[in-house]
Amino acid sequence: MIQSIDYTAIAVPLILALTAGLVLVLDAFLPARPGGGRLLGVVALGGVAAALAVLVAQAVQGGVRRTFCVPASLGGGESCSFVLDRFTLVFTGLVLAAGVVVVLLSMAELTSGRVPVGEWYFLLLGTLTGAVLLAASRDLIMLVVSLELVSLPVFALTAMRRYDGRASEAALKLFLVSVVSTAIMLFGVSLMYGVTGSVYLDRIAAFYASGQSAAPAGVAPGVTTVAIVLVLAGFAFKVAAVPFHFWAADVYQGAPIPVAALLSVISKAAGFAGLILILTTALASQAAVWAPVVAVIAALTMTAGNVLAMRQRQAVRLLAWSSVAQSGYILAPLAAFAGVPRDAAGASVAYLAFYAAMNLVAFGVVMLVARARERNDLDDYQGLAFHSPVAALSLAFSLICLAGLPPGLAGLFAKVVVFRAIVDGGLGWLAVVMAANTVIGLYYYIAWTARLFTPLSTGASRPRSGPVAVAVGLAVAVTLAFSVAPQVVLSAVG
Amino acid sequence: MSWLLLALLAVPLAGAASLTAPAFAGRAAGRFGIAVSALTFLLAVVVAVVFDYGDAGRMQLQTDWSWIPGLDLRFHLGVDGISLPLVVLTALLSLLCFVHLAWRPPDGGRVRALVFTLLVLEVGMIGTFLALDLLLFFVFFEVVLVPMYFVIAIWGGRDRRAAAVKFILYTLLGSAVLLLGLLVIWAQAGTLDMVELAAGHGAGIARSMQIVAFLAVGIGLAVKTPMWPLHTWLPDAHTEAPTVGSVLLAGVLLKMGSYGFARIAIPILPEGAAALAPWLGALAVVGIIYGSLACLAQRDLKRMIAYSSVGHMGFVLLGFATLTPVGMNAALFGNIAHGLITGLLFFVAGGIKERYGTADMVRLGGGMLRRLPYIGSLLTFACVASLGLPGLAGFWGEMLALLGAFRPAAGLSRPLFLVFMTVGGIGTVLTAAYFLVMLSRVTHGRPRETVPVGPALASAEEVRVVLGPGEPVATGTAVAEVEESHPPAGRLADVTAGELVAWVPLVALTILFGVWPKALLDLTGPAVQAIFGLGGGAG
Repeated sequence: MIQSIDYTAIAVPLILALTAGLVLVLDAFLPARPGGGRLLGVVALGGVAAALAVLVAQAVQGGVRRTFCVPASLGGGESCSFVLDRFTLVFTGLVLAAGVVVVLLSMAELTSGRVPVGEWYFLLLGTLTGAVLLAASRDLIMLVVSLELVSLPVFALTAMRRYDGRASEAALKLFLVSVVSTAIMLFGVSLMYGVTGSVYLDRIAAFYASGQSAAPAGVAPGVTTVAIVLVLAGFAFKVAAVPFHFWAADVYQGAPIPVAALLSVISKAAGFAGLILILTTALASQAAVWAPVVAVIAALTMTAGNVLAMRQRQAVRLLAWSSVAQSGYILAPLAAFAGVPRDAAGASVAYLAFYAAMNLVAFGVVMLVARARERNDLDDYQGLAFHSPVAALSLAFSLICLAGLPPGLAGLFAKVVVFRAIVDGGLGWLAVVMAANTVIGLYYYIAWTARLFTPLSTGASRPRSGPVAVAVGLAVAVTLAFSVAPQVVLSAVG
Repeated sequence: MSWLLLALLAVPLAGAASLTAPAFAGRAAGRFGIAVSALTFLLAVVVAVVFDYGDAGRMQLQTDWSWIPGLDLRFHLGVDGISLPLVVLTALLSLLCFVHLAWRPPDGGRVRALVFTLLVLEVGMIGTFLALDLLLFFVFFEVVLVPMYFVIAIWGGRDRRAAAVKFILYTLLGSAVLLLGLLVIWAQAGTLDMVELAAGHGAGIARSMQIVAFLAVGIGLAVKTPMWPLHTWLPDAHTEAPTVGSVLLAGVLLKMGSYGFARIAIPILPEGAAALAPWLGALAVVGIIYGSLACLAQRDLKRMIAYSSVGHMGFVLLGFATLTPVGMNAALFGNIAHGLITGLLFFVAGGIKERYGTADMVRLGGGMLRRLPYIGSLLTFACVASLGLPGLAGFWGEMLALLGAFRPAAGLSRPLFLVFMTVGGIGTVLTAAYFLVMLSRVTHGRPRETVPVGPALASAEEVRVVLGPGEPVATGTAVAEVEESHPPAGRLADVTAGELVAWVPLVALTILFGVWPKALLDLTGPAVQAIFGLGGGAG
């Protein structure tokens, strides 16, 4: 059998992977001189931008591209491992746009000179490649492999700040948690393969849709349920959902801020992409089994995240728990999948897109402040509006967005989309839990926002950084665009 | 002419946006605020002039654009007889607040920021009354939260932080429940268009879902209105807010809740309303009695006025609960009257607090009519109007609400509503009682100096005795400050020109609507008839 590969379909991950290699080679052969790191940053940025351009071209062209296919002659219909459809395009766009911001933040982080630059960008691009591949994966093996491609570089990135105890601790914690979750997920995946006899998501879906008649002899019907629970648990680790959420705060705080931003947006988006793919394509007919579990996890996750965030005094820890809470909001519509299959997945993806934009603004400003104040406590933000008004207004806007209030319309519409899916799906109790959580969330977001505008007697330095300013500017522009015209996202996912 | 409504929103928004330009220093910002809000008020007056009064039940001057098709959200604005008075009231109170602000800059300084906040607030308030799309209504309903939070948290009194947090958390909880209710309506009826939904009179929504939706929407609006027992955020917020904040909170923000009942809850969910009206009525009369009794127990003038709002809004809710045209008209009338009178009361109370340095009735002493004849008279006028003296605006809303309760809609238990009417009647007596007690304490009697001053007061201990516990410990300089901020009786300044400009329009309108209630009732009447499907113009 000769497989033909559609290189235009895999252009985006290919560009990212080649750029990663290029960065490593350049780092090895360029003479070590001050400012050399900046060149690598520009190369990495160029690679991501080129990938983004290709993606835009693919989106304009429209249509669905497939490659790495198994022909129909080998039993069943034609199944492909790599599919470039609307879902893939949206996720890839999200990951790449977030990637641009993270690379810009990295350029500021790396000026300190304590971190090896070439390795940093190589690993970063590796993660992006994995995330992009994951969104396009349509078989279990490729899903697991690309999920690992997302996770493995992140351990190293977290630990990259050598001689920093917190960073090492964070890396180890992340490593252990991630490895355990992968193991659990692999177990679930192998069970699923054993029951259905296929790794392709569409074939698994066809198997379950046809009823259990084709189940191999001697396989108990409960095996599928076990497989589902194990796969869910594995992904729950990745997206920091309850009860596998405890690692979030320590890891976010210990990691360099660009890595924390990457974890909270790109790595999380990848986790959700995999989860949505498996649940809504492969296991669509099993929704009765997994939807209630997802509903309970969503309710617990948003509550735990919000309650833990209320007590935080450190900016990154607060954002960590807030992002756990936001994971709960993203999960919630999936629980309504049985009632409104189309809207449910769309609402999750839409919320994820809105969340990515607003969260990156927050991380950008936190990065800016962290350059002047190492500890990065919430108290360090007092009076920010008086010495750096633009940064303060950006942060205030993103926090109000995360809280979901006007003028942060992006956040408000995101919440409305999720609420609509839940209410339409008939999950009244989950809607009420989420409503209560919105209020808890508002408490810490508004308390932080109020600090920005509280006058401070002592003078403070004005933190400045070109790349961070560009990153924040980009993220704010996208968030504003989402506020005025959320239709951009809604029509893309719908 | 449909651009008029758009301009009503665009002018304050553009004003707020242009304030971010660095050219505006302190005083210029204040004057700019007056100019922008005056222009907005002018536009509101123009809307009132071009409004077709012969057809007040119909939505006029509509603007209808698609905004977010993915959410079915349309930018749909319009006015009818229910919303027009509220829009004009909002524009008027905002203008008066800016006039007041220019005359007396806020204690916290930062005039530009305050003007910016108030203009954003105005956008939200006017937008709420103009919106004809459920989600758009919700968006505007939420727009006011953050600005009002900052008004209280930055320019408020001593416990401003706690009050501001309580305000925003409480009202957001209400809003979240409101959103769920709106989404239930949407899921059932399949449209967000208020005009279409109101014309359908609940068609397409099952009775059980109507009850669920009315419960959710009602709780959301009741927090804002506020209805007992969801009112506990209100006294703190009103007391701690600066004068302009209290005026807008009482004058407009509370109306957004009651307006929601008239615009969404009752017209769109008639069966849900019929099922839950007895509960609404019961909680309303409990609120009337509770508010009055709480007022009797208050020492702080602003806090007392805040609790009086709970009682007055109880009458408004009782009017809605009757589900009759009379009751609805009463509620809408009471809405406007309360906005005018309580706005005036908070202005006057703020003026008193600025002069005496306290709003504590005991420390104010008596004899205000002698020491500050004009302010004392205005306070008396506002109180008498608020307690519902016939001939002033406060009377009609309460009287008609009780009349509505006398003959509630068919299907509601008449004996129950007769009980409500009786309890409400007792409430009016209690309302009169607390206002008269307050007046007798503050305006009448022998003038007693608020803070004894003179050589006798030289040590910190004595200052502390005078100021009462909880005040900062004073030293010699603080004594001087006390003398400065609490000038002795002879030197208290009476009403100023700036205050008169801000207050007289409210006095005039209170008298006008008191002697000529038909001016307002003719406007709301046809719209109310349309809600109950009785055909326009018959009222």
